[in-house]
Amino acid sequence: MIKVDNLSKSFATKVAVNRVSFTVERGEVLGFLGPNGAGKSTTMRMITGFIPPTEGTVTVGGHDIVGDPIAAKRLMGYLPENAPAYTDMTVEGFLGFIAELRGLHGDQKKKAVRRVVEMCFLESVVYQSIDTLSKGYRHRTCFAQSIIHDPDVLVLDEPTDGLDPNQKHEVRSLIRRMGERKAIIFSTHILEEVEAVCSRAIIIDRGRIVANGTPQELKQQSDMAGAVLLIVRGVGGTQLVERLSGVANARRASIVKEENGKVWARVYPRSQNQNGDLARNVLAAAGSWQVEELHTEEGRLDEVFRGITLPETEKQPAGTQ
Amino acid sequence: MNSISNIKAITKRELAGYFSSPVAYVFIVIFLLLTGSFTFLLGGFFEYGQASLERSFFIWFPWLYLFLVPAAGMRLWAEERRVGTIELLLTLPITAWQAIVGKFLASWLFLLLALVLTFPVVITVNYLGSPDNGVILASYFGSFLMAGAYLAISCMTSAITRNQVVSLILSIVICLVLVLCGFPPATNFLTQLTDTGWLVHLLATFSVITHFEYFTKGVVDSRDVVFFLCVIGFSLFTTGVILRSHRAG
Repeated sequence: MIKVDNLSKSFATKVAVNRVSFTVERGEVLGFLGPNGAGKSTTMRMITGFIPPTEGTVTVGGHDIVGDPIAAKRLMGYLPENAPAYTDMTVEGFLGFIAELRGLHGDQKKKAVRRVVEMCFLESVVYQSIDTLSKGYRHRTCFAQSIIHDPDVLVLDEPTDGLDPNQKHEVRSLIRRMGERKAIIFSTHILEEVEAVCSRAIIIDRGRIVANGTPQELKQQSDMAGAVLLIVRGVGGTQLVERLSGVANARRASIVKEENGKVWARVYPRSQNQNGDLARNVLAAAGSWQVEELHTEEGRLDEVFRGITLPETEKQPAGTQ
Repeated sequence: MNSISNIKAITKRELAGYFSSPVAYVFIVIFLLLTGSFTFLLGGFFEYGQASLERSFFIWFPWLYLFLVPAAGMRLWAEERRVGTIELLLTLPITAWQAIVGKFLASWLFLLLALVLTFPVVITVNYLGSPDNGVILASYFGSFLMAGAYLAISCMTSAITRNQVVSLILSIVICLVLVLCGFPPATNFLTQLTDTGWLVHLLATFSVITHFEYFTKGVVDSRDVVFFLCVIGFSLFTTGVILRSHRAG
C-alpha cells in the first residue's frame, strides 16, 4: 500500500532524511523508531504530502503523492505530531468538518462521526469546545479525525504521546485491531509499544534507516539475546564468573549486581540459537551452588536501540541535533 | 463540483470561527462605531446639506479599512501555522487553492456582513432627503471590492508568518502604500518634489483611492472592477506560492 523509494529531504543546512526506502502492505503495522530529530516526522510529512521530498518517491495505493496528491491523500488518514485541532470548534463540529472534506455528507457524515466518537471514547465531550479538553481527549479527537473515512492507510505520528497508561492501552489495541485490515505506520519513542503493536519496526537515525525487521528479529540483535541470567546465594562474585566463563558455548560472564548475599550473574552465549543448551550447561556448572533463579533472556529492544543509535551520537556530540 | 463543496466546507468553518470568539462582535461593533462617528462627526454629514453619502461616509472607507481589514485577515494563515492545523488541512484531499479561496471567501463574507450592517446610514439619508440610491449601491459595491483587495493582501502577509502581529503590520504598510499613492496631498507633494507628473500619475493608477473614487461617483467602470479583482487574484496567487515555499523548506 505504501511504497517509499529512496526518499530524501534536505533543508537549508542539513539533510533530514537520507535515502529512505521501505514498503508497508495491508495488514502490517510498521513501527517507526528513532531518537528525537532522527527524521521520523519529516518522513511522515513527506508520505502524507505535507512537504515535498527533495529526492525519491512515495506512492500510496499506486498513486504518487507528488504527481497525484488528491487520490493518494484520499486513501490516507494522518495524525500529525502534537495532534493539532481547530480549538474554537466543538469535537462534533471538528469531526464533521473533516468528514465533509473527506467527501462525506448528510447521513454518511453523521454515521462516520458517531462511529469514530464511539471508537475513540469521546461520547462525554462531543459538544465540548476543543480548547476546553484535556490533552488526552484532544489527542484522541485528532486521532478520531484520522480514521473518520475508514482509510486503507494510516500514518500516525506519536499516537500515544501525552496519554495516560489506560488511554495508551486503548489506543494501542485500537491500532492493533485496525492493523489487520489496513497498512499503518506509526512513530513512537516507547519501545514496549513496538513490541505490543507492530508487526515490523524500522529504526531511523539521523535520516537513515539503521535497522528493519520484526520486533523479534531486532531483539535478537541484542547483545543479551539468549543470555542466561543466574541468581545464586552464598558464592563469591569472582569465583562465580571464573567458573561460568568456562562453560561450553559461553562467550563471557559478568556480575550484574551483588546484594544481601545474592549474586546476579549473566552468561552471554557464543552463538544466538536459543535451544536451551547454554542454560543446561550453566546449571550443570553451578553444581552444588544454591541457585535461586535461572532464565534465558530474549534480548531487549531498548538495548538494541541504544546500541544502534548511541555510539554514533557520541562520536558527534554537537551540531547534529 | 467536488472543489465547490470543499471550498464551501472551509468557508463555513472559517466563518463559524469568527463568531465562536469575541473577535467578530468586537470587530463589527468597532466598525459600526467608527463609520458612524466619522460620518456624522468628522464627515460633516449634516453640514453638507446634501442627500449624498459620497463625501461624508464613503470617503473614509479606504482609511478605515486600512486598519480594520488587516485585523480581520491577520489570523487566516498565521493561526493555522502557529497551532499546526495547517498540517491537517493540507494533508486532506483538497488542493491548496481550495483552502486559500475558502478562507478568503469566509473573511470577505464577514466583511460584507459588517458593511451591510451600516444600512442605518442609508436609511437616514433616504429619510432626510432623496439621494441617488444607484450611486449609493455602486459605492457599496466598490467598497466591497476594495475590502476584498485589502483582505487578499492581509491573506498574503498572514501566510508569511506565524505571528499575527507581524502579519497585521505588514499588511497595513502594504495597504497604506496603495492608499497613499493616490491620495491627493501625497501625490501633490510628489509632483512638487520630482517634477515628473507622468510617474506620479502612473503611481496613482495603482492606488485603491483612485479606483474607489469612481464608484463613489456612481461610475461602475470595468477597469476599476478589474483592478480590484487583479489585486485579489495576484495576492491570493502569491499566498499559494508562499505556502508552497514554506512547505518545500
